Amino acid sequence: METVLFYLFAALAVAGALLVIVHKNPVSSAVSLVLTLFATAVLFVLLSAHFAAAIQILVYAGAIMVLFLFTVMFLNLKPGALDFDSKNMAFKGSLILAGLFFVGYFAILAYNMAFPGGSTAALPEDFGTVEGVGMMLFTDYLLPFELTSVLILAAIIGVVAIAKRRES
Amino acid sequence: MSGITPEHYFVLSAILFVKVAYGVIARKNLIIVLMSLELMLNAANLAFIAFSRVHGNMTGHVFMIMSITVAAAEVAVGLALVVAVYSHKDSLNVDILKMLKG
Repeated sequence: METVLFYLFAALAVAGALLVIVHKNPVSSAVSLVLTLFATAVLFVLLSAHFAAAIQILVYAGAIMVLFLFTVMFLNLKPGALDFDSKNMAFKGSLILAGLFFVGYFAILAYNMAFPGGSTAALPEDFGTVEGVGMMLFTDYLLPFELTSVLILAAIIGVVAIAKRRES
Repeated sequence: MSGITPEHYFVLSAILFVKVAYGVIARKNLIIVLMSLELMLNAANLAFIAFSRVHGNMTGHVFMIMSITVAAAEVAVGLALVVAVYSHKDSLNVDILKMLKG
């Protein structure tokens, strides 16, 4: 059962990511983005990370996707404004990425050597629940958590400063 | 975990990351480059959660929440830049940003 679910949603995630990078129209790309993000959320559930899956859907599929769609609508693109994508970088790019993939693969091999027989550890009772993650977030990681609020404040001020209309 | 080992998740994460990194390199549409960046962060999140499951330790979940926060802030600033570029240049081509070179 879990094997079937993994392969089904892994295939959906990969297909969604492929559609994101091949679509010409940003709206279609945004919808494919949601497909990938939902499939990833299901994979999080398979990894017993229920709170992470909920956050993934709320923040990514809710907020970020709406932000993308809103911006595309807001820009009011002229027809022909997107006719510049070329294919000539494809070869160079794929060489770089094949290299990256092999680096990642060897990293996994090295990890397996460092932790031999590294199957899964026993899970604590509250693994992946709101309570477990929340206790960790508000005790051990309180300072980084508070610092993210500074990051968001900086982002808000930056966005307002960049996007406001110039008077000239 | 019947049949599916954590390595499956790591390889899936690597495939997703590399494929959308290709989108960042090869596409010239600013909005699609931003979407691909989001998916790169998402692939990294999948690796965080998978490692968290391997070790039975929830630190990966906390890092994933931080990473989502950074992704949200990044996409907000990035889309503001897209709006600014489009209102100045009437184009979303990444190549027009060559005007930024010193």
